[in-house]
Amino acid sequence: MKDVIDVSKLDRDFKYRVIEEPGGEGLLSCFACGTCAASCPVREVDERFNPRRLIRMAILGMKDRVLQDEFIYLCSGCYLCQERCPQDVGITELMTALRNIAVREGYLHPSFKAQLEFVYKLGRLYELTDFDNKKRQKNGLPDLNPVIDEVKILLKEAGLSKFVEVRELSTHSFLDAQFL
Amino acid sequence: MSARRVAKELGIEFEDIKEFSCRGFPMRSIDKEAQLLISARNLAIAEERGLDIITLCNACTITLQEAKMELDHDEELKKRINEKLNKIGKEYRGTAKVRHFARFLYEEYTPEKIKEKVKRPLSGIRAAAHYGCHFIRPTEVYRDFDDPEHPQSLDKLIEATGAESPDYPDKQRCCGGGILGIKEEDALLMTKNKLDDVKNVGVDCMISICPFCSIMYEGNQKKIEKTYETEYKIPVLYYPQLLGLAMGIPSEELGFKLNRVKAKNLLAKVEKDEE
Repeated sequence: MKDVIDVSKLDRDFKYRVIEEPGGEGLLSCFACGTCAASCPVREVDERFNPRRLIRMAILGMKDRVLQDEFIYLCSGCYLCQERCPQDVGITELMTALRNIAVREGYLHPSFKAQLEFVYKLGRLYELTDFDNKKRQKNGLPDLNPVIDEVKILLKEAGLSKFVEVRELSTHSFLDAQFL
Repeated sequence: MSARRVAKELGIEFEDIKEFSCRGFPMRSIDKEAQLLISARNLAIAEERGLDIITLCNACTITLQEAKMELDHDEELKKRINEKLNKIGKEYRGTAKVRHFARFLYEEYTPEKIKEKVKRPLSGIRAAAHYGCHFIRPTEVYRDFDDPEHPQSLDKLIEATGAESPDYPDKQRCCGGGILGIKEEDALLMTKNKLDDVKNVGVDCMISICPFCSIMYEGNQKKIEKTYETEYKIPVLYYPQLLGLAMGIPSEELGFKLNRVKAKNLLAKVEKDEE
């Protein structure tokens, strides 16, 4: 399937917004050599994920596709592409920057939303029950506090409490786009 | 459990801080500054007590070390973070050092000194090193430590126990854990690729220094075997477990009961050598 890019729907200022975001500074240095795609262990198992294509989409201004799609969440954060990039695009950090922009646009991946809820409520990623502490004791490990309240205060300060209820990620997937 | 046991034997003392929370890694993908805030809180708590931080997980390590690096090099950012930290009566100053336990063993304790502590050399044991990404990358954070493409520290730590640390393709590769919650089948395929590589060179066990990598390689090993109709039966040890064995600590005290893929054959081999 050929995918047609409708120029009138592109957001040409999107790239400037990305380079303003911490981690996104290197976006425009990309000369599309493909070292990232060749190094990516995710791309090796799932051809639909492709860092080079994602970077091109961002530069072209395909904002909605970049932010609403599953693409940017498939990066495992291993930094191999970033280490090998001859242009210092800082690809792993760029993915973080794009995810942060997506959240501010109201798109939060359900997986991250679930993690946020745990950390917000408990101060940790997993619920720690009395049973867990008993198990820890049995293995000679010290007890842990089940809830760290101060984290909630800090996350409120960071403005994240409002994101505990935000729009779900679009179920429509653009992963089959065949350009580039 | 094994890290504590080994540390005790080596004369290293840990202090537990109950007030520590999650290091903030999960917040990174949502709001980088929120992550820095949570990381800075944990760092500030250690600073208050005049302690350095030893981590047992790669993701915790990179989160704290990178937060420290960013806060120490950006006064404006540090000021913003501290304004918010002040609301809970805390301040980040930048005095606590953060290091992974394995890095501490490598740099501070050194493989040479570890060799002196080995009472039961694990000769004949082949143990494949898995570094995990965030122990060695990105370069910006680990510049003064190990090579991002061809790391050696963990191999040397393994060799210090008398075991052999064989080469295998793509040793520096990712376990897939980062996308387990996003797309499980892709994540498990990444894990499978590495298990295949390790199996092909023939090992007695794999050595991990990150609990999440361990979840991928041993927690999900059965699932991968079932899905892809293959067989690995490769035990995945946390490095201090291997070290503890070499130091002659009984396996019951090193948490071997908690391993998902049982290290029965390996333990039999180690104990047989003793006779």
